[in-house]
Amino acid sequence: MSTWTAVLLASALAFALKYAGHLVPASWLDGDRTTRITSALPIALLAALVGVQTLTSSSGAVVVDSRAAAVGVAVVALVLRAPFIVVVVLAAAVAAGLRLLGLP
Amino acid sequence: MTVALAPARRRAVLRQSLSVAVATGAYGVSFGALSIAAGLDLLQTQALSLLLFSGGSQFAFVGVLAAGPAGAPAAIATSTLLGVRNGLYGLQVSRLLDARGPSRLAAAQLTIDESTAVGVAQPEAAAGRLGFWATGVGVFVLWNLTTLLGALAGDAMGDPRRYGLDAAAAAAFCALLWPRLRSADAFAIAAAAAVVAVVLAPHAPAGVPVLVAATTALAAGAWRRAHHDPAPPHHWADEGADR
Repeated sequence: MSTWTAVLLASALAFALKYAGHLVPASWLDGDRTTRITSALPIALLAALVGVQTLTSSSGAVVVDSRAAAVGVAVVALVLRAPFIVVVVLAAAVAAGLRLLGLP
Repeated sequence: MTVALAPARRRAVLRQSLSVAVATGAYGVSFGALSIAAGLDLLQTQALSLLLFSGGSQFAFVGVLAAGPAGAPAAIATSTLLGVRNGLYGLQVSRLLDARGPSRLAAAQLTIDESTAVGVAQPEAAAGRLGFWATGVGVFVLWNLTTLLGALAGDAMGDPRRYGLDAAAAAAFCALLWPRLRSADAFAIAAAAAVVAVVLAPHAPAGVPVLVAATTALAAGAWRRAHHDPAPPHHWADEGADR
């Protein structure tokens, strides 16, 4: 699949979900279980992405490198209620700094 | 239903919308740079911000695709699953807006965390509608402008690892996750998903571990009887918007 196909397909699906929310009767999605699942879904996905982006190489092997230290610093920044952009820039700076020192 | 909004209230809502749009726009820069680092070109990056227009899904899409073009189906699936919550937001804001025809199409495209949060946070329906539209349009414009800036900067930089952009992607997911970790259950789901994804990573094609981890954690979450509060549309309510 070409990157363009993927971009357009993902965009179409994203819009379909948004639009569906505006079209369906509200009663369809009321209910405790639905609410639970839809609030848990982003948590599970984002946490899995954090794990994979921090600890695996592009081949899928588990590696601990500068990224782990950078994400550690990012978590500290989040605990201190730093804004999104500060968290991201700080993590990049830590990883770039460690690599400048010769670490992987 | 159509009660005119007092000028002071109107200004207050617009100010709130603008501050959210500026804060969100700021991280469009990181999306633009990361997307280029992941191997997408400038037009593809801009198309994601214009057409897909949902921060979490966009970060996830380029994050999974960074491992190579073979990850495209998994990138689409991850992005789409993250977009499910926008459907839920649509349900809430459609009651508020009562939009029809083309304006409903526009409202749907602008239905994201930020616009929903500002819209539903207002005590009066008129302010809610203003907040939704002002925030949605504001974020859309700034998000796309800053995406372009980030993409141009990313293009000029070369090897993304040298600048720690791979770590920046991980930190971005962390920052998107953080405000949702409000209960012990949320922590448990997050921990389970992260562990399953990392353990599976060496044995499955790119992107698949994330999907399997998410469904595993979801099954556990759905099975637990413990009550979760519905996800807040966004999290900056405690004080000035910052993410």
